[in-house]
Amino acid sequence: MGSVDNFFLLMEGFTTALQPMYLLYALGGVLVGTAVGVLPGIGPAMTVALLMPITYTLEPTAAIIVFAGIYYGGMYGGSTTSILLNTPGESASIVTALEGNKMAKAGRGAAALATAAVGSFVAGTIATVLLSFVAPYVAAFAVQIGPVEYVALMVVAFLTVGALLGSSVLRGLASLGLGLFIALVGFDSLTAQQRYTFGSPFLADGIDVVLVAVALFAVGEALYVGSRLRHGPIKVIPVTGGWTTWLRKDDLRRSWRPWLRGTFIGFPVGTIPAGGADVATFLSYASERRLAKGENKKQFGKGAIEGVAGPEAANNAAAAGVLVPLLTLGIPTTATAAMMLVAFQRYQIPVGPQLFESNSALVWALIASLYVGNLMLLVLNLPLVGIWVKILQIPRPYLYAGILVFAVLGAFSVNFTPIDVIILLVVGILGFFMRRFGYPIAPMVVGLILGPIFESQLRRSLAISQGDPVALVQSPIAATIYVVLLVIFALSLLLKRRQRQFEAMVAANADAPDVVRGTVQSSGTTPAVSIRREDTDR
Amino acid sequence: MSTVVVGYVPNALGGAAVLQAAEEARHRGADLVVVNTTRADRLVDPAYADSADVSELEALLARTGVGYSIRHSISEATAAEEVVDVAEEVGAELIVIGLRHRTPVGKLILGSTAQTILLTARCNVLAVKLP
Repeated sequence: MGSVDNFFLLMEGFTTALQPMYLLYALGGVLVGTAVGVLPGIGPAMTVALLMPITYTLEPTAAIIVFAGIYYGGMYGGSTTSILLNTPGESASIVTALEGNKMAKAGRGAAALATAAVGSFVAGTIATVLLSFVAPYVAAFAVQIGPVEYVALMVVAFLTVGALLGSSVLRGLASLGLGLFIALVGFDSLTAQQRYTFGSPFLADGIDVVLVAVALFAVGEALYVGSRLRHGPIKVIPVTGGWTTWLRKDDLRRSWRPWLRGTFIGFPVGTIPAGGADVATFLSYASERRLAKGENKKQFGKGAIEGVAGPEAANNAAAAGVLVPLLTLGIPTTATAAMMLVAFQRYQIPVGPQLFESNSALVWALIASLYVGNLMLLVLNLPLVGIWVKILQIPRPYLYAGILVFAVLGAFSVNFTPIDVIILLVVGILGFFMRRFGYPIAPMVVGLILGPIFESQLRRSLAISQGDPVALVQSPIAATIYVVLLVIFALSLLLKRRQRQFEAMVAANADAPDVVRGTVQSSGTTPAVSIRREDTDR
Repeated sequence: MSTVVVGYVPNALGGAAVLQAAEEARHRGADLVVVNTTRADRLVDPAYADSADVSELEALLARTGVGYSIRHSISEATAAEEVVDVAEEVGAELIVIGLRHRTPVGKLILGSTAQTILLTARCNVLAVKLP
C-alpha cells in the first residue's frame, strides 16, 4: 500500500463524508457529543451505548459517523465546564481546570475557552492526518500476525486498560475480571456447551454487551446521582466580549507551541494503550510547566494559558490516537472506543486487521468525517458557549429520567424480552456500587467485549501448538510484545508515581478543581484522589 | 407586627422587587422577609444567590432602613411553594414578586413560579415589573 493510494482512498472518503446527508449526521453527532461532554457524569461512552439502537435502522457509515462525532464532540465539550465551573465534564479535561478556571476567575475565561477550542481543532486535525497515514501501515503489519501475536496484543490491552485506568491497579483488574466473567456466560462457541447459564434459556445467548454497558454507564450513574442529588448549585463565571476578540496576539504567541507539543504527546500516548487521554493531558501539563520561562512560569497555578492550550490539544490528539489500535487491530483502549467496536460488531463488520481491506470505504469515510467534525466543532464551540452553559441548568431529575427511558428502551430492543430489562437493572445496581466504591467501569466493558475474541484466539493458538503453552511466547513478534509490555508497565508505574506527586501538589493547592461538588465524585476524599476516581466513562 | 414577604432572584428584576417590597413595608410599618431558595437539582441555578449576591442584598436592605430577615437555603420545595409557605408561616399581609415575560412553551414545560404564587397565596400579591 503506497501513501499515494491512501491519499486517494482518503479523498474518496471525503466524497462520502461531504454528502449533505452524512454532513447532517456528523453535525448531529458533534452536537450531541458536545452536550454530553459539557454535562459532568454523562460522557461519550454512555451516549454511544444509549444510542446503539440506531444501528437497527441506520446504515453502517451513517451510524459510525454519528458515533465518531459524539466521540470528538465530548472532548471539546469537557473543556467548557472545566474552565467556567471548575467542574470537569469528563476525565480528560481535569487538567484543563487547573489553569483554565484560574484564568476564568481572573477575567480571562474567553481566552481560555478560545485557546482550548482552537488548540483542540489544531491538534485534532494534525492527529487525524497522522491517523490517516499511520493507520494503513499498522494495518498492513497487522494482517501478517497470527493468533499467538494477537493473544499477546490482547494481554497488553487487558493489562494496560485494567491496571492503568483508575486509581488502583487491583480495582481495575477486578473490574476487568468481572467483565471477562460476564463474557463467558452463554454457549461456548467451539463446543456449544452452556456456561454459567443455570440452565436458563435466557442466558444461553449470553448477556449482551450493550445491555451491560448501558446498565453500568446510564443506570449506575443515574442511581449514583440520585444518591447525592442535593449539593448546592455552582456559579458560572460569565464570559464577556464578542468571540472574535477572545484570542489576543499575545495569547496566540504563547499558545501555538503548547498546541503542537500537546499534539505530539497526545497522539502516541493515545496509540499505545497507556490509559487514554487523561495520561496525555497530565504529561502535556507537566512538560508545559517545565518548559515555561520567566514571567510565564510564575503564572502557572495562577492561570497560565500554556496550561490550558497544551492539555486540551493533547486530549484531542489522544482521541485520534485511540482510533489507531481500534481500526487496525480491533483493540479498544477506552470505553468509548469499546462501544464503537460494538457498533461494528452490530453490523457484522469484522473488526481487526482485515478492516482496512474488507471495508476500506467505511473506514476512510469515518476518517474523513473526523476532519469534517473537527471543523464543525470549532465553528460550533466558539460562538455557542452561552448555549452549552445553559444545558447545565436542566434539572437533573428531568435529565436522568430521559436517560433511564432511553436505557430501558435500548435494553428492551436487544431481544424484545422483559428479562433484558431486569438484567439491566441488576447490572445497574452493580454499577452503582462499583461507582460508589471507586471501581473503574471501562476495564469491565473492555473485558466484556474483548473476552470472547481473546478466548477464541487463545484456543486457536493452543490448538495449533497442540496444547503447548510455551508456543504463546515463542514467536519473535509475541515475545517482543511481551517485553514491550514489561517496559510499558515499568514506565507507567513511574508515571503514576509522578502523577500522584503532581496530584498531591494540586490537592495542597487550596483551589483544586471542585470535583467533589459535581455529580461525578464521592465525598470524603481529597479532590486529588477523587479526580482519579472519575475516569470511568470515556 | 405585620410582615411583607418578597421572593428574590439575583438580577435587576429581583432588586426592583426588593426595593418595592421595602417601600410597601415602610408604608405598612411591617417587617420584610426575603426568600431565595434552590432545589439544588441542577448543576447551575442562576436564580440562587451566592454569598456575594447576599451581601449585596443586605447592603441594599440596610439602606432602606426597614427591619428584615433573609431566608436563603437549599430546600426540597419549589421556589413558589417556598415563598407561599413562608408567607403563611409568618402571617404575611403581602407577597411581593418580580414578574417577567415567559414564552408559552417555557410555561408549559417548566411552569410559572409567579403564576403558582398568584393562585395559591392566601394574601394579596404585588407583581413588580422591571422599570
